[in-house]
Amino acid sequence: MPTRRDMLTAAALCLALPAWAGPAPMDWEAVLAEARGQTVYWHAWGGDPKINDFIAWVGQQAETRYGVRLEQVKLANTADAVARVLAERQAGKTSGGAVDLIWINGENFAAMKGTGLLFGPFAEDLPNWPLVDAVGKPATVMDFTEPTGGLESPWAMAQLVFEYDSARLPQPPASASALLDWAKANPGRFTYPQPPDYLGATFLKQVLYDVTPDPAVLLKPVGDADYAAATAPLWAWLDAITPSLWRQGKAYPANEPALGQLLADGETDLSFAFNPGRASAAIAAGELQDTVRTMIWRDGTIGNASFVAIPFNAAHRAGALVIANLLLDPEVQARAQDPDVLGFQTVLNLDALSAADRARFEGLKLGVATLPPQALRPVLLEPHASWMTRIAADWITRYGVAP
Amino acid sequence: MSQASVLRQIPTLTLLLMAGPVVAGLAGTVLPLIGTDAIERLIDWPGLGGAIRLSLVTGVVSTVLAVAVSLAIVAALHGGRRFGLLMHALSPLLALPHAAAALGLAFLIAPSGWIARLLSPWATGWSTPPDLLILNDTAGIALTLGLVVKEIPFLLLMLLAALPQADAARRMMLTQSLGYGRVWGWLLAVLPAVWPQLRLPVYAVLGYATTAVDMGVILGPSLPPPLSVQVTAWMMHPDLSWRGPAAAGALLQLALVATVLVLARLAERPIARIGRHWAESGRRCQTVDRLIAPGATTSALIIVFLVGGGMIGMGLWSVAGLWPFPQALPSPLSLATWMRTAPSLTATGGTTLLIALISTGAALALCLGCLEAEARFRLAPGTAAMWLLYLPLIVPQTAFLPGLQVLFLSIGAADTLLAVAATHLVFVLPYIFLSLAPPWRAWDGRIALAAAALGASETRTFWQLRLPMLLRPVLTAAAVGLAVSVGQYLPTLLVGGGRITTLTSEAVALSSGGNRRIIGAYAVLQMLLPAAGFLLALAIPALVFRNRQGMRAT
Amino acid sequence: MTGLVLDSLCVTKDGATLVALDLAVAPGEVLSIMGPSGSGKSTALAAILGVLGPEFRLTGRVLLDGEDVTPLPTRARRIGLLFQDDVLFPHLSVGSNLAFALPARIHGQAARRQAVETALDQAGLHGYADRDPATLSGGQRARIALMRALLAEPHALLLDEPFSRLDADLRTRIRAFVLDQIRARGLPAILVTHDSDDARAAGGRILDPLGREAGPPL
Repeated sequence: MPTRRDMLTAAALCLALPAWAGPAPMDWEAVLAEARGQTVYWHAWGGDPKINDFIAWVGQQAETRYGVRLEQVKLANTADAVARVLAERQAGKTSGGAVDLIWINGENFAAMKGTGLLFGPFAEDLPNWPLVDAVGKPATVMDFTEPTGGLESPWAMAQLVFEYDSARLPQPPASASALLDWAKANPGRFTYPQPPDYLGATFLKQVLYDVTPDPAVLLKPVGDADYAAATAPLWAWLDAITPSLWRQGKAYPANEPALGQLLADGETDLSFAFNPGRASAAIAAGELQDTVRTMIWRDGTIGNASFVAIPFNAAHRAGALVIANLLLDPEVQARAQDPDVLGFQTVLNLDALSAADRARFEGLKLGVATLPPQALRPVLLEPHASWMTRIAADWITRYGVAP
Repeated sequence: MSQASVLRQIPTLTLLLMAGPVVAGLAGTVLPLIGTDAIERLIDWPGLGGAIRLSLVTGVVSTVLAVAVSLAIVAALHGGRRFGLLMHALSPLLALPHAAAALGLAFLIAPSGWIARLLSPWATGWSTPPDLLILNDTAGIALTLGLVVKEIPFLLLMLLAALPQADAARRMMLTQSLGYGRVWGWLLAVLPAVWPQLRLPVYAVLGYATTAVDMGVILGPSLPPPLSVQVTAWMMHPDLSWRGPAAAGALLQLALVATVLVLARLAERPIARIGRHWAESGRRCQTVDRLIAPGATTSALIIVFLVGGGMIGMGLWSVAGLWPFPQALPSPLSLATWMRTAPSLTATGGTTLLIALISTGAALALCLGCLEAEARFRLAPGTAAMWLLYLPLIVPQTAFLPGLQVLFLSIGAADTLLAVAATHLVFVLPYIFLSLAPPWRAWDGRIALAAAALGASETRTFWQLRLPMLLRPVLTAAAVGLAVSVGQYLPTLLVGGGRITTLTSEAVALSSGGNRRIIGAYAVLQMLLPAAGFLLALAIPALVFRNRQGMRAT
Repeated sequence: MTGLVLDSLCVTKDGATLVALDLAVAPGEVLSIMGPSGSGKSTALAAILGVLGPEFRLTGRVLLDGEDVTPLPTRARRIGLLFQDDVLFPHLSVGSNLAFALPARIHGQAARRQAVETALDQAGLHGYADRDPATLSGGQRARIALMRALLAEPHALLLDEPFSRLDADLRTRIRAFVLDQIRARGLPAILVTHDSDDARAAGGRILDPLGREAGPPL
């Protein structure tokens, strides 16, 4: 009998297959020539100075290597950029658009793809594409079960990990039911970002994976499953834990950094992030107690990839392609994985790299709170995007409009 | 066209510049709604009732409190020495962007905030932050507090401007000689004369408090959030179909504000009747004075403490290393945050300043043109004109800015620095006019007559006499304009498209990341820029007129 | 014909006649308009200067040296004015106050400076050019105000109770200084006052705002 993990991987592969059939490779020399001298406006969430610093470093690389200038447009919310592209189309601006590149995935990608706001396919024509571990890391070609279709290019892997203060909580709970028991015994010491926030909704999906009778239905659109039966255990779990949450569930942190700040302020003992290296990086920066460690649940946690996409009307398309390719460069990927820089896991297949490039990764130290890659398994695939939308909406109805 | 006929058109042009964007923006918001199910989806949102209730309660309660405290402060303290000190302490708060004030306040009052740290563990016994719902509380108390604290300095300034025309000093002498206490006498004899000039500023406060986004995000509850915050969230929602309900929500907000304003207007008559009844009763109500006078001083001190403490706290965070609870002070201190953010702070600060200078310069020119035309052609702005001027302050920003964004896009001017500055102008100009008009109109008209009798042209009188003599109020108005521009969030975000960032739009973007060190650095700069403006507005006239006793500040 | 002529000058407001003057003031003559406050004195002044508010109705003409100045704006009428207060410009030095009045046709810094110094000498205030007007005594300010009015080279002068703020001793001296200057320059002048001493000292006819003789000069 196949395990659940095998089933998920198989399903992912099936869905991923069409993405391998791309158009003829583009003329990369021509792209480089056109890109030289361009300024690329990369719309990327700007809430984390470490990521901002990394993007600035990528900009320096782009300038020295290809003569492309990179400007990060710091967003409070990725949807700002989506809204911007939409507003441009409404205003009839089909070229010379303000957004050249977007850091995107999940719902935003599905929305832009569905409304035809993206340029492409282009990802599989990038010179560095063969280095991407599309087989070992199926999330690089399937974004919330939505095939990327080459309309976006991956640049970082992310996985949900739980962070806990080992000084106060030596034995962290490793499943939804254990978490519930612990929270009841220690009221007010745990919470999650308020859905529809990305991390908050991801947490709901994580619990759903752990409590739903048949996790396989999550990979299909929500309409194809018995939604009520699949989610009933989730709502029961939430009903049970809410009175024991931080502030008794009468207020929630807004997002991942706000959640992390609660841990740093000692308001919670247990937290989580969508980046296995976040805790180590925060400790290194002096922003988190050095007693914080990370762990994942016994049956695994959700993992996905971060992508970049190019809007249909981007003014500097060639420059954007150069940046997307540069982000897949082994040196850039190794820097992103350095826990002192970002701690983002690479999207590359280390076996496909040259020995010198592989050494860049093998030389990285792990960081005091980061788990080694083999301890980060199993990785659960993102459910179909429609689950996130539906669960977040139902959460709002049940918990989000009246305390 | 002659110079005079150009000047004559400036008031009309200015009003068009105020009302035009609002009307065009509203149209841009309404038109896409027609024939969609946006309104049904808005009504189907389960949090609608709660969000409306929250917006109305926080908006109305905070406005009533802010007006009451402002009136009490002026009634109890105006004319005294303490009042001058108080105004010196409060006026910087006027320059503080709403977002910075809210962030500072949040850090102060949060369970892990500075007040709790200072009292822990020795007084409270807390070694970890208590699980108390002080911030983002579901009743909106923290949001109300933030709004009250931020609006009082504005109302005080407007009150001070209105007092001379109400002949307040002599009325106060009279009522006190008749045996009335300061506060009670002020309320019965001066307030009725001041109110007509205070009405529109109060409406602007009411409009802002009912629809604030930045303060609502930082201090308000989220289960559900105030309507304005939810509308903005829908505008930013990745599922683009939510923009319809967002627009419908924005219009609902407009209707709410309009309803509240009508109710406020209707409430005036019965309140006035009660006031007359009290006046006719002849009661001296000495207890009112005994209660309110110390209350006014206390609340003023609390405001200074809350905002000042919040700002110091943000400043400390910007130089903090590790700062775990319950340490009262961070240790070690470190300049790492400043070093790391220096390049982006400098660039963003430069853009902020440039936008502020352009919008303030244009607004100042238009206001001076209006006031000069008013004086030269003996125009008197009617009630309608004043309403138009206040329109951008009263109409919810969320209702007309999205439409304006589409308009800028269609003429290809979006995300340019000039477009952002032009949008700022709409919000900067009313404040500059409100700040400049009273001293401009109060200028001694005999100076102009003397100059005319000496053969000087009106243009020469303007440049050589009126403008230099009014240098101080002109620079103060410019500093007010600068502060307003620096504090703009939603206009910068929507029209700048993220391409044009200012200290405030950066700070709010960063606030979603919760990194208090960086937020602290941005908040400090957000505060310093307007403060520098006010400092210059004080220093330049003092320097230029150092040998002119007749030009001393009064 | 030289001098200031009020040709059937009549100001009404809401049908009531406030000012009715039909007279000629010869060069060097100082005619007084006298009456209690509210009698229309300042309305008469405003009518001659051309600064009446829109609520007033004006008929008749103001002629200066034979030219009808009624349609002209104040600044083009060449009628100087002395206020009850000196109304010096507080942000300018004494010298700049005077230079402001000096016609632009006097060119060059040196020439303008020289004209200002001469005026200061005539006022007995040598070396006061760089002083802050706020530091001068009442009498000094009054003299500066007169010199400023004269530097603009007016063809007539209106005096709006210019001595009423001065104390008795100073008043006599300043009044004599002002009247001497007017006579010396041969300017037609109208003094508006409620003080009969001032009116008598002016030495000309004394009328009320409706043109009636207010008493024979002594």
